[in-house]
Amino acid sequence: MGMPLDLLLEAVLFGILLGGFYAAVSMGLSVSFGLLDVPNVAHPAIMVLGSYCTYLVVAKFGLDPIVAGLALTPLFFLLGMAVYRFYYETFERRGGREAGVRGIAFFFGLALIIEVGLILAFGVDQRMVEAPYIGKSIGLFHDIRVPMRTLTVFAVAVTMTIALTLYMSKTFTGRAIKAVAQDEPALRLMGANPVRIKQWAFGIATAASVIAGALLIIVGPVEPGMDRVYIGRTFAVVVLAGLGSMTGTVFAGLILGISESIVLMHPVLGASWAPAVSFLLLLVMLGVRPQGLFGR
Amino acid sequence: MRFWFGAAIVLAVLVAVTASVQYEYFFFAGYTVLMFIVLSTAWNILGGYAGYVNFGTPAFFGLGAYSAAVLYKATAAPLVVQIALAAVMAGALGFGAGMLTLRLRGIFFAIATIAVTVIMETVFINWRYAGGATGLQLLRPAPIAPFDSYIKMLFVVMGLTAIVAVAIARYIERSWLGRGLRAIRDSEEAAEASGVPTLRLKLIACTISGALMGAAGAPMPMYLSFIEPASTFNLNYAIGALASPMIGGTAHWLGPVIGAAILSTLQQLITVTISNEINVLLVGVLLVVFVVAAPDGLVGLYRKIFGKR
Repeated sequence: MGMPLDLLLEAVLFGILLGGFYAAVSMGLSVSFGLLDVPNVAHPAIMVLGSYCTYLVVAKFGLDPIVAGLALTPLFFLLGMAVYRFYYETFERRGGREAGVRGIAFFFGLALIIEVGLILAFGVDQRMVEAPYIGKSIGLFHDIRVPMRTLTVFAVAVTMTIALTLYMSKTFTGRAIKAVAQDEPALRLMGANPVRIKQWAFGIATAASVIAGALLIIVGPVEPGMDRVYIGRTFAVVVLAGLGSMTGTVFAGLILGISESIVLMHPVLGASWAPAVSFLLLLVMLGVRPQGLFGR
Repeated sequence: MRFWFGAAIVLAVLVAVTASVQYEYFFFAGYTVLMFIVLSTAWNILGGYAGYVNFGTPAFFGLGAYSAAVLYKATAAPLVVQIALAAVMAGALGFGAGMLTLRLRGIFFAIATIAVTVIMETVFINWRYAGGATGLQLLRPAPIAPFDSYIKMLFVVMGLTAIVAVAIARYIERSWLGRGLRAIRDSEEAAEASGVPTLRLKLIACTISGALMGAAGAPMPMYLSFIEPASTFNLNYAIGALASPMIGGTAHWLGPVIGAAILSTLQQLITVTISNEINVLLVGVLLVVFVVAAPDGLVGLYRKIFGKR
């Protein structure tokens, strides 16, 4: 398609870095929607809320944004548990497809409330944080310069992804969460309480989104309406991955990041076509292989 | 019969208002309220009756608006032809998107509609002839006879579209189509097992719903004398079209009409008097309160209080 090789290589490199970030922001949704089947369209809004909380903590205590994000995880864990409990009591327990429609509408309303709440509290201006690695760049290979912030975000994203994948496959609770996703009635017969496990898992998913939020504000300035772009992106990653597959989420994130980055740097297509990439991928995937790349 | 009598009265009132009220802003606001009645009614055909959530109202609405604008730029066709083309194009989009994703569970359809919206917006941003990202200026033709201003004419045209949309929704609700869709909503497996052609019914509903949304979008370029991608494919249309039936009630055709009438009138008042943010907050809060506390909407509340079935 008429793209010089060195430009293509650069695009792939940036795509990998971007893809790691996309995987990280989708990780929480991969648990809450992929495994628990909760139509959590408020996930990106909670992430942006996380960015603003990070901003506040950084501004108040002068912490590093990543440390601030980590410090906020217990709070978001509790928030997630509360949100799931409420969702379960009002919608999931009643069951049926109608509950499904209302559940989606509920999370949609929640997203709007968070978004406007942030606008009322902080205004529509962009907010950003300061850290030693923000604003600098280092040379990789011969002449490609990569911003330090992107590298940092990529490193955190990879660490978080590995930690979550290990947690899901190695610990007792992690396996219980996978079990609840596979066969809930069977778990009930074993005498375990699926609701408590799901509540715990939703807490973890929400805690993961505050770290994603910290990464978001490191990558660039944040404004309250940002969640709208990420609704499509995160769901695209999770569906592309195959619901609930952690490895799949990483690969889907990378595919999305690389293809977006190639289109972005392509001399003919360019930035105006980039947003359509993820969604075209998603539509094709839904039409051809709805169980995703790594789904069963 | 009573329905058509009521519809005739509504139309007569709308025309009478254009003859007596001279305050132009009234028609600007009224047009928006009527437009949201069409969008909510159209949304409810698939979302309310069949239980498939559509976040892609802006895609269908915007495709309708752009079809009309491009047709007008190319041929200066009259408004009626523009609306017809818009409905056909958006209906075809509904059919295509439905073919691709209506086999899957509802949430996948919901996500796919978000995807369709972004793709549509991107296509029109990159289409030079349709104005690209900067948009397209359009010169309104002169209004047709009984109306003395173009905006009054659009107001009545949208009123007529609303009546047609509500009549279609009411017909669907009472026919075999509506019964089939309700069976799908209650339990798709059971419906399929009892011989309901679920995919075909969902496709019909999705196509009609899309076509009506397209028709609602068609007069928009003329209303603004301008069209531009970012505002045309705005998520706010999806919010309004989803929230109104949830507030009014999804089971009865009157639900989306009441919901949209109340919600968008409130929004018009709040946008003018307070601010646009409070207006979005209001929708969010009402949406959550209604789905949690009054799952059958205002129509359901009315029935509960007055004991009517």
